[in-house]
Amino acid sequence: MPSEDPPAVGRRNSRIGLWLFLIYCLLYAGFMALTTFKFQVLAEPVAGVNWAIVYGMGLIVAAFVLALVYMVLCDNDEDAAAEDKS
Amino acid sequence: MNYETSWVAIFVFALFVGIVLFISFYLGAKAKTARGYYAAHGEIPWFVNGIAFAGDYLSAASFLGICGLVAFYGYDGFLYSIGYLAGWVVALFVIAEPLKRMGKFTFADALDKKFNSRSIKLTAAVSTLVVSTVYLIPQMVGAGTLVQPLLGFSYEIGVLVVGIVVVLIVVTAGMVSTTWVQFIKGSLLVAFCAVLVVAILARGLTKSQSEYAGPVALPTDRAPIPPTGGWVGKPYVRYAKAGGGYELYRRIDDKTGTRAQSVTTAGKKTLIDGLPKGVGEGHAGLQPVGQIQSLAGGATSTGSLGPIKFLTAFANSTVILWPADKDPIKETDGSSTTIYYQKATLGKDLLVPGAYPAFKGVRGSKLSEKLDFLSLMLALFGGTASLPHILIRYYTVKNQAAARKSTVVGIASIGFFYMLTLYLGLGAMTGGTLDPTNNNMAAPLLAKGFGELPFAVISAIAFTTVLGTVSGLILAASGAIVHDLMSNVLKIEMTDHGKVRAGKVVAIFVGAAAMALGIVFKEVNVAFLVGWAFNVAASANLPALIMVLFWKRTTKQGIAASILIGMLSSVGWILVSAQAYTVFHLDPTKAIAPFSQPGLVTIPLGFIVLVLVSLMTQPQNAERAAIATAAV
Repeated sequence: MPSEDPPAVGRRNSRIGLWLFLIYCLLYAGFMALTTFKFQVLAEPVAGVNWAIVYGMGLIVAAFVLALVYMVLCDNDEDAAAEDKS
Repeated sequence: MNYETSWVAIFVFALFVGIVLFISFYLGAKAKTARGYYAAHGEIPWFVNGIAFAGDYLSAASFLGICGLVAFYGYDGFLYSIGYLAGWVVALFVIAEPLKRMGKFTFADALDKKFNSRSIKLTAAVSTLVVSTVYLIPQMVGAGTLVQPLLGFSYEIGVLVVGIVVVLIVVTAGMVSTTWVQFIKGSLLVAFCAVLVVAILARGLTKSQSEYAGPVALPTDRAPIPPTGGWVGKPYVRYAKAGGGYELYRRIDDKTGTRAQSVTTAGKKTLIDGLPKGVGEGHAGLQPVGQIQSLAGGATSTGSLGPIKFLTAFANSTVILWPADKDPIKETDGSSTTIYYQKATLGKDLLVPGAYPAFKGVRGSKLSEKLDFLSLMLALFGGTASLPHILIRYYTVKNQAAARKSTVVGIASIGFFYMLTLYLGLGAMTGGTLDPTNNNMAAPLLAKGFGELPFAVISAIAFTTVLGTVSGLILAASGAIVHDLMSNVLKIEMTDHGKVRAGKVVAIFVGAAAMALGIVFKEVNVAFLVGWAFNVAASANLPALIMVLFWKRTTKQGIAASILIGMLSSVGWILVSAQAYTVFHLDPTKAIAPFSQPGLVTIPLGFIVLVLVSLMTQPQNAERAAIATAAV
């Protein structure tokens, strides 16, 4: 394969990925636990809607934000690696 | 409901399919080698690939199934949206990079690179084939459902049309053209749904004036038909109509009731409110439903609303749902009548989980039902990364950075679309255009409420959606058979050209199987069917994928065993679950599986099997050193 990341960068990227994954995992698990065992909490009104809407939409936004964070962190590494090579 | 043929729809539809086929033929001419056919030479730009991810992923299920569930049950459909998107996080953060680094065409190849074992090639290829097939079923069901109102054909013909067009696409093209088709379709779907949501918000919510929305006075000019047979003791009353058939009411007291509708099946005939289903004199069709009975403060209309105000106004309104009565009325002549009745429901009760019968455990106290729900959500979480046709797309861009960027573009467009699904569904629930017998039709019928052209466009997009996903899946399946099974396991010598040709022949067979299964599973919600596919994918592939990437002591025997056990246990579990018994017309209370979604048990089972078998089959030190060197 052409232009692969050097192994060190690859390892760092994997670690960043796993940390971000862990954050999202907790958010997702929290939502599912609430839904399954305490769905009344989600029915409480907040911000003109209810917690189910806020948390649910929040999970979608969180996925996107974490993905952006990931891309930014990883790309910096890769640029640095590319500079090292040249 | 009766569906008339719409010429605008047919024209727009033909235009879309024509363009797709043209692209397919044009680009197909460029893909002559196996690498070109299966991985598009690794040359797709990252942005295009990202939207194509969305195109692959936003299948008939995302679109038709989720909108339908929201339109019928509210928030529960949105839970699928959340779960499907969460799956992307696993794919991006955990699987995407290391997998791309391995640089192979298929799931089987990637696993095999480390071990070079025929048993892994075999099991991985079989699992790709099984997962693709299970995932193809909802796509075909979606296709059949769409064609019915669009072209006025029967469901079965719809399934055949899709099957044939898709096989044509796959046979003529391969990965280059399916990527571009997915790109076009993905962007159109998201953009058009955004337009539709703007229209829904601009329309706001309006109290219905229909006699099918809320209590009305029972007729006083004639006596009701005396109840006989199965009608005795039911809350329904029938009043004979002049032209034949009857008006049906669900009684509230002696003077008032709410309108209800009945569908009778007697042999091959279908009657609506006692008249043969059809158009014209002496025939009847179901009334479209989905109305608001009352708004907050007795208002008649809200006018246009912002996205949050819309939800607030919805929460404060009373919506009429049209569930089917659980006990159909059976007559001695063998006919069976299902009654759809009005159920006034507070909007705020529809904005929390638990209204969908399959998710009722959320509001109940039965542990097995709660586990069923958690099991589905776990399968959705781990299933995305395990789908064969999503994995293939990691290989179509040129490097790691491009793969990353394209996944972010994918998440952005898919996430945005999933937010829209909630509004599309609620718009359909309150738009007065629903078919009470088929929730998969909610989204196209919602568009129909805005006019013939939006209906035509959305149906055409949805149809190309199905085409795109199905062609991606058939490609994955044919790749598994030709590349992995025939040339790697059975060691059949084939030229590059021969491989591509064999792939096309296989595509025809897989397509035929998909059509047959699509006809069998006609009546099941497509999002629910996709949930099963995710269960199988996650159970069979996830343990192998994760462990081969992150656990150095994984052995080839461990991988092969976990794929095999994960696949067999999840498929087996599904076949003996209550939901499957319903599809096969068996008594669901006799089902063996304690709940319908196997993931919660079978995914961990795959991991356990992998670890145990790996530990039992650790190589000697010298061999281990050799493997470690080979893997670097």
